[in-house]
Amino acid sequence: MDLTPLPPKGASVKSRLARLAGVLTIPAAGLVLSGCTVPSFYAKEGVTETSKSTFHLWQGFSVAAAIIGGFTAGLILWAVIRYRRKGDAIPKQTQYHVPLEIVYTIVPILIVIGLFVATIVVENKVVAEPPTTTAIHANAFQWGWGFTYENENAISVGSTTEEPTMVMPVDTDVKIILTSTDVVHGFYVKDFNFSRFALPGVTNTFSLHAVKTGTFSGQCTQMCGLYHSIMYFKVKVVSQSDYAAWLATFNTPYGKAKADAAKKVLAEQMTARVPVKPEASGGTNKL
Amino acid sequence: MTTLTHEHAAASHGDHGHHEHHGPRGILNWLTSTDHKVIGLSYTITSVIMLVIGGALAEVIRGQLANPNGHLVSFSEYNQLFTMHGSIMIYLFAGPFAFGALANIIVPIQIGAPDMAFPRLNALSYWLYLSGAITMLLGFFTSEGAANFGWVAYPPLSDAIQAPGYGTDLWIGGLILTGFSAIFTGVNICATVFYLRAPGMTLFRMPIFTWNLLVVSILILLAFPVLTAGLVMLYADRHFGTHIYSVAGGGVPVLWQHIFWFWGHPEVYILALPFFGMVTEIIPVFSKKPVFGYKGMVFATITIAALSLGVWAHHMFTTGVVLLPFFSIMSLLIAVPTGIKLFNWIGTMWGGQIWFSTAMLMAIGFVVTFLIGGLTGIYLASPPLDFFTHDTYFVVAHFHSVVMALVLGGMAGLYYWGPKITGYLLNERIGKAQFWLLFLGTQLFTIPQYWLGLDGMPRRMAIYPNNPAWQTANTWSSVGAIMIGISTLLFVVNVVVSWKKHPAGDNPWDGHTLEWFTTSPPPHHNFYRLPQIRSERPTWDHNHPEAKALGHGKDHSA
Amino acid sequence: MKQEAKLLLGLGLFFALLGIVYWVWSGENGGGIMIVAGGTLGFLPGSYYWWWSKRMPTRPEDDPNATRESGAGHVDAFPGTSIFPFVLGMGAFFTVLSLVFGMWLLVPGIGLVLWAAFGGTAESRRGGTH
Repeated sequence: MDLTPLPPKGASVKSRLARLAGVLTIPAAGLVLSGCTVPSFYAKEGVTETSKSTFHLWQGFSVAAAIIGGFTAGLILWAVIRYRRKGDAIPKQTQYHVPLEIVYTIVPILIVIGLFVATIVVENKVVAEPPTTTAIHANAFQWGWGFTYENENAISVGSTTEEPTMVMPVDTDVKIILTSTDVVHGFYVKDFNFSRFALPGVTNTFSLHAVKTGTFSGQCTQMCGLYHSIMYFKVKVVSQSDYAAWLATFNTPYGKAKADAAKKVLAEQMTARVPVKPEASGGTNKL
Repeated sequence: MTTLTHEHAAASHGDHGHHEHHGPRGILNWLTSTDHKVIGLSYTITSVIMLVIGGALAEVIRGQLANPNGHLVSFSEYNQLFTMHGSIMIYLFAGPFAFGALANIIVPIQIGAPDMAFPRLNALSYWLYLSGAITMLLGFFTSEGAANFGWVAYPPLSDAIQAPGYGTDLWIGGLILTGFSAIFTGVNICATVFYLRAPGMTLFRMPIFTWNLLVVSILILLAFPVLTAGLVMLYADRHFGTHIYSVAGGGVPVLWQHIFWFWGHPEVYILALPFFGMVTEIIPVFSKKPVFGYKGMVFATITIAALSLGVWAHHMFTTGVVLLPFFSIMSLLIAVPTGIKLFNWIGTMWGGQIWFSTAMLMAIGFVVTFLIGGLTGIYLASPPLDFFTHDTYFVVAHFHSVVMALVLGGMAGLYYWGPKITGYLLNERIGKAQFWLLFLGTQLFTIPQYWLGLDGMPRRMAIYPNNPAWQTANTWSSVGAIMIGISTLLFVVNVVVSWKKHPAGDNPWDGHTLEWFTTSPPPHHNFYRLPQIRSERPTWDHNHPEAKALGHGKDHSA
Repeated sequence: MKQEAKLLLGLGLFFALLGIVYWVWSGENGGGIMIVAGGTLGFLPGSYYWWWSKRMPTRPEDDPNATRESGAGHVDAFPGTSIFPFVLGMGAFFTVLSLVFGMWLLVPGIGLVLWAAFGGTAESRRGGTH
């Protein structure tokens, strides 16, 4: 009995390919046509413009992974069940099938190029920094966060026992200027589907554009020492008028005094662990 | 010293007759032997002990995380635990097991060589590895405890201010020792493969396992010196007042990340390729077929090695200071040769007569688990998706899928070659129980972690918010970890139970390659005689001269 | 020899091209230097093997039709047993520990390294123990 299903000649490969392509395109086309009914694959859409793009990229990758993974797992399962040992006969010693090998080299390359193009499209959206006047300085330190606002008195400083709150307006491009005082930290907000390292000596900037109001939890993701596990912060997305009102509370005499006290705390946190004077540091250091 | 001479075809070569080799016995044999099989066995035993130690640390970690507010260990102890778990598993288990243990024993035999090219250097590699391992573990016995900054040791967290303890210096010293051990092994395997092959054993007739080890050795020579240099600079920063990685003195902390990952990503393939090789040996033998697409397999291995030098910064996407598109496309492209390997494994089984021995089950378990780990790796090659999942449990789950696949592959290798090394078969019943525990435990361990990562749980957290769904997922993950732990113990039990029970004979699996042509265990210089080598399956050709490998349409076996 | 040379030269060429593309595109020096240096690590041994492969007859292990008899003759000298790898390893161990626990550990460290260096060399000249 001929156990190998591989065709003996190259002629039938074409039809085989056509069939394979048909099998692959049906679910893909179905998914494209049904559009918004693509499953979420356990990710969430998030609350910013870029988190949505990232989510859709996630869906795209997951569809590709499900098809490829399902196809491959199916082949493994089939081979394992169909070709289990049935006797001592030596099966046909097929070693090469060059057309088939070329197919499974070319097809993955095409898939990879597709994934790369989709990646670049989304990446350009995620790393874009549209011009804006709303800028927030996020300073990470061991172990807390300090948020100050460009050209405003507003401030929020946290510690291991107190979560600070980063207040930001909805439907506005907000520039985040991220720095670290001591070690590498990670700025991560789950509902933004986004994270970025806070690196000592580097000023990282990125843009957020929230489309929903609400309070979201953020936290340090990069191992940063003893209290890494409890280095939380909150992000409060509010309407633009509420945001203006919130900023204004720091311009009253009481608010100003409070802000000045908080700024002192933050300044202490930010200098406490810098052993040498900052002007000795390199060009990229913005401490 | 033995001056080895091939006197006559098929005759015993060597001027002393290998079976009459009288070296020292007992402990002195272990200390002084330069025989690659003895050194390889030392490596195997030591690295399996490291696996058990690293696994024990993992069980404590999973115990802590089974509860959101776990009080099993303190924050500080937890940081030491995951740092040393990662360090032990990567530096002291996976690497040395991959290129020091089985490779040391099998590679020279597979190419018909009497020993490694530099036997004394080989012994030195082992002693450096052992002393490096002891050095790193000594950290637990110092007053400040072991290293506690994660196995990647990003400065400034690993500098003299943040990590002042002895544990850090011991960690660095241990890594320098094991790094040199790896470099020497790399030199040794390269020289052995280039200069000690048997007549007719051309490069493109070498078994895939040996091919992979050759490529791994080249990668070791490219990558490990970079790590050693980086560690020396880190030590200098800590003790000699240099400012290579410190912002305050004008240094660049990110430079460490570049150096570390320039070693670290090739290291992933240095770890993985030997296990790919083991599986590529096992699947054909138990399918009674030649490996499908042998040449494609070799080129895929070389392509992975070539690309691996240009992908390091996909670990650094979120730093904001790396060239995203370059590293993205290079990382995605690695999926292509990896996919070729997967399809070649399936192609090898296709149309075969699959014998589900423990080794084969483990190998299939490897392929399935690696498929999961590989597919989730593709996500991480895309910067936006990496921003989304970086430093969450999604990443933890991804690389644990990959490394647990390697553990399955390594177990496959031990069940496959163990009888060759010891001369006795392992118990298949215990082996199969071990397989199911290990395979199912691995999936139970990783799959909840994928979900946890997507739901926003960062890695390296000693405690986490009191969220019932997270607790449930973590508990399942811990149960999986316990299953993996039991499976490892079953392996130890199996070795004890099967000790000197069932003699294996020279060729228990109807193997393809030269190691199955000699006795089990092989004599001092490995061979009394060699077959005529006309393909990459000399032993098979010798036993089944009628069943030559076939190409598509024409005969490729010539 | 030719196949080995091709493998190493091919890798070297790929790394050189990769390094140039990366360096020019990113302007990041650390990685650029490391990849280009990786390229030289391919070229260095690769060109050596290539040079030799032109000047030597095909070795039996490179000849697909080699017979077993062609491998007859002197293979190489292999040391039997030797304590000196262990001595050298322990010397390196103590030397590294001296970086952590104090310079006094350099005394046994360097002592063992020197013993291994002289002893190992003498052993090779003597022909070693079997």
